[in-house]
Formats: sequence, C-alpha cells, structure tokens
Amino acid sequence: MRNRFADTFYELGKADARLCVVVADISPAGSIARFRAEFPRRFINTGVSEQIMIGMAAGMAQRGLRPFAYTIATFTLYRPFEMVRDDLCYQNLPVTIVGIGGGVTYSTLGATHHAQEDVAIASTIPNMSVLAPCDPAETESATRWCASQQVGPVYLRLGKAGEPDLTSKAQQAWEFGKVRQLRAGGDVAILSYGPIMKRAMAVADRFEATGQRAAVFSIHTLKPLDREGLSRILETYKRGVVIEECAPNGSLAMRLKELAWDLRAGCRLDTFTLKDEFIHCYGSHDDILDAHGLGTAEICSRLKLA
Amino acid sequence: MSLYAQRVETKLRRNSPDWAAARHRCRAYRRRILDLSQQVTAMHVAPAFSCVEIVDLLYNNLMRRDANGSYRDVFLMSKGHGCMVQYVILQEQGFLSQNDLDLYCKPNGRLGAHPDYETPGIEASTGSLGHGLGMATGQAYAEALKGSEVLIYCVLSDGEFQEGSTWEAMMMAANLRLDNLIAFMDYNDFTGLEQLSEAHPAFYPLVPKAEAFGWEAVAVDGHDQAAMHAAVMGRRGGRPLLLVCRTVKGKGISYMENVAIWHYRSPNKEEYQQGLRELADEAR
Repeated sequence: MRNRFADTFYELGKADARLCVVVADISPAGSIARFRAEFPRRFINTGVSEQIMIGMAAGMAQRGLRPFAYTIATFTLYRPFEMVRDDLCYQNLPVTIVGIGGGVTYSTLGATHHAQEDVAIASTIPNMSVLAPCDPAETESATRWCASQQVGPVYLRLGKAGEPDLTSKAQQAWEFGKVRQLRAGGDVAILSYGPIMKRAMAVADRFEATGQRAAVFSIHTLKPLDREGLSRILETYKRGVVIEECAPNGSLAMRLKELAWDLRAGCRLDTFTLKDEFIHCYGSHDDILDAHGLGTAEICSRLKLA
Repeated sequence: MSLYAQRVETKLRRNSPDWAAARHRCRAYRRRILDLSQQVTAMHVAPAFSCVEIVDLLYNNLMRRDANGSYRDVFLMSKGHGCMVQYVILQEQGFLSQNDLDLYCKPNGRLGAHPDYETPGIEASTGSLGHGLGMATGQAYAEALKGSEVLIYCVLSDGEFQEGSTWEAMMMAANLRLDNLIAFMDYNDFTGLEQLSEAHPAFYPLVPKAEAFGWEAVAVDGHDQAAMHAAVMGRRGGRPLLLVCRTVKGKGISYMENVAIWHYRSPNKEEYQQGLRELADEAR
C-alpha cells in the first residue's frame, strides 16, 4: 500500500505543482524518495515535530497548496490532535493526512505505535472524511481522489507493505462515499475495510465451504458513511458480519448497529473488532490480530463455521 | 532601512508613517472596544489593549496593498483573544459592518470572542493558543514556494511561547529560512492566571532564546510604533524576524493595567465611564 501510494502520488505530483508532502521524520519510501529528489522544495521534513507538520500543512493549504501530511498513523492523529481538529477540520482545509500502519500494523512496536482507534477518532471530527482502502488498487483510487477533491480534510488510513490484490475482480469501481461490492453472494454479507479484508475473504471462503454464499463489501469510506448503501445491505441480507481492525467504540460495527436500529432491520449481525484494551504482546501483524480475537479460525468458530 | 528590506519592500502601496495620526486612531480603537465591552459580560479587553499599537501598525502601515486597496500581505492573529482590536479596524476599513460589531457574540452575529476563518479579513481560526505560528509558517513557506513577495505577519501572546507547538514552529520557520515571516510577541507579561515573570522565571531571556532558535530577534516597546516600524525596516533578512514587544496589559486604562482579572472581565458602567474619561484625558 505504501509503495502504491508513493507511486500514485509521484505521478500526480509531477502534473500538479500544488501537491506537497510534509513528513515528520519518516523515511521516504519508493517513489516518495524520487519525488523528494526531483522536487526537493515540495518535500518538507519537520523532524520529530508532529504539531508543526499539521500546522504547516494547514497554512500551506490556506495559501493554495495541496499538502499531504505523512507519518506513522498514531503520530498523524494522536500527538497533534488539536491541530488536526482546529487547524484542518474547523477551517475545513483540503489537506490529506496519510496514516501509515493504521490499526495494529506496527505489531512489534507495542501499543505506543498501535493506531487501534484511528478510524473511530478521525470519524468523530466534523468535516473530516475517512478513507481506509483494503489493497494497493484501492489505495491508488483513494490517493487520486484525495489529490483533487474539494471536500475538506481527509484521513487516509493505509497499511504498510505486502497487502495482496483483493479488488481486481470486483465488478464495481471505487467511488468515494459508496460501499463497494467485491464479491457476490446471497446468504450473508461480510463488511470490512483496510488490510484485514484479507481475513474477511477467508471467512467468506469458509461460508462457501458450508454451502452459504457470502457477499463481501469494502466499506472503504468510513466517513461519510454510505447510509443508503448500508441500508440496502441490511434490508437485503438476513445475516451480516463486520470484520474490522478498529477498537469497538466508534467502530463501523457500532455505527452499523445504530443504523440497523434506525431501520428496524431484522437481520442477524455479528461484529468482530479489536478489543477495547492495550495488548501487551508482540509478533507479526497477524499475531496481534489473533491476540485481539480476530484470528480467522476464532471468527469462524464464533460464527459456528467450524 | 536595511539593504535587505529595500530589496523586499517593493513598490506596492504603503502609507507613509504619521505617528500622531496613529496615536489618534489607537485611542479611537480603545474607545470603541470599551463601547463594545458594554454589550457582553465577558470579553478580552485588556489583551486587546496591549496589542492595539501593533495591530494598527500592521493594518495601517506595514501591510502593503494592491492598487485596488486590497491587502497583499497577510496578518494572522495567533492570540485570538486579542481579536477585538482586529474587528474594530476591519470595520473601519469596510471588511466588516457596524451591524457585525453590534451583533458581536450574539445570536445571528458572525463575530465571536475568537476569530473565525473566512470571516472577511480573518486569515485563520484561532483561540486555542499555540496554533498561529505553525499556520503562519506554512503560509510563509507556500508563498516562498510560489516565489511571491507576500509577507506573512503573525501576532502572538507571550503566553503562546509557553506552548511547545510554538517552539516547533520557531525551529521549523528558521530551518526553512523564512524571511517572509515576521512575528510580534505581545509581551504584556500576564497570562490568564498570573504574572509570567514572577511565576515562570525560566521563560526568560526571550531575545537570546529566539536567536538561539535561528531567528532574528529584537526587543522593542510595543506601544512605540516608530520603534517597531524601524525594527521591521531594519531587518537583516535571511531568517524570520521576531519582535519581542514589551507591552502593558490593559494599556491606557489605569485600573486595568497589569491587573490579571482584566484578561476576562468587562468593565461595569462606572468603570466604563472612568475608562472613557481616561482616554479623553490622554487625548488632551
């Protein structure tokens, strides 16, 4: 994802001199390094200073530029939270905050580096849009949208590296603010976003193995939430499953249940989120997701698919 | 004027200084702020009074205008609680209406106790301290990148220099050698609670601190417009400039000067009348 973001940004940046990157001491990977070499003045490293990263991005946007503020997800939102809220969102400026390693991607670095609440926190701020693509292709679509949109600030939540292609066979194209069906099926709807989509697909396979046809939807735009598209899903399917890499409070799961109540929806809804706790263990990204109760086997067991 | 300033300060329209007229204006602004203070129970009178001369100097002298009268240079009020003086000047210059001021802090009005972005003449939403210099740094960098001759002016309270974010901006603006950024510290020595120099001795010294962070810095009387003007025109360039402007909180009204409670308080009727008398006496 990181590389596809970089490649896309580089290509867009060559054509649009307003695009700039403001990073806080993160090594520019792949094409961002190339962007820095070719356009050194449009790459700004504020050092280990996240408040000025966001503050500067706001000021640059006020004078007509299109900055992307880019660092590890926790440091894009948590440290400079008030700058994100006041400077970007209150003033509704077209700045993209790129959070690398959203969720618990930085699995060995401990909870200081786990952005387990990033989507929930970003979604609470007025004017903020929240995008969480599930694979490199969705990352490219989202990046293109961020570079040209006139809506306001965006939190673009990315994984890191090695995410497989999950969307090339999808019938529907990526469209901002719309749920996207990645896989067809009539018995159960699985909703997910971000790199954990890989596990959602595996769970869908297990449904298929038991003779149930599972549709999979990418909820790549967490804010604004596509209430119409989600309502259609809640009204069409008898059973829904949410699998997401986000703390429960403010999660897609919570918001979907709220919508289901408003709709008096009668479907069964099983939701799987990160736990509302700090995990004191280490390992791969997969290991930490397992520790949060999001192992494919555990999800299937709780769904009685064993 | 320094050679650097001669190069940067181009042919754009700028009023030639008339310090007597400026003193008259500043008295009028204080009087109008006092008038407005009678509309609401709490407002930041004293923090506005300490920076009247600074803000007047910016709008009525330093900031250059295009031929059509619109400002070319940019002023960002980082100490948002000082915005009353900005409002009365913007009204005088036609950016805001008398009706806007009449509806200050009222339903259906658009002016609150802190400035809001996209209100005419307001370049950023401020109010929470320690945000302005970061945004001003970004604005200055954007103008430098565009190769424009726009200068970014920013007025900060001394208290804002207690915020770590302000020092992040100080460091970054110097790293980027933003000599199109000129900041004024309204050093009135009072924060909301108490006197800075008593409560926070490690806050000092100010000019050497700013210089150590890579800025050109000058200590100056913040009620002396000629001195501030000379400091700006004499800047050496190549780095951002900070004027540490020694000011008096509540300047011009005896009972308000250097009394912490006036950070928030509005004068009652008697105090208001006394304030008017003192301003009138000063004019004689």
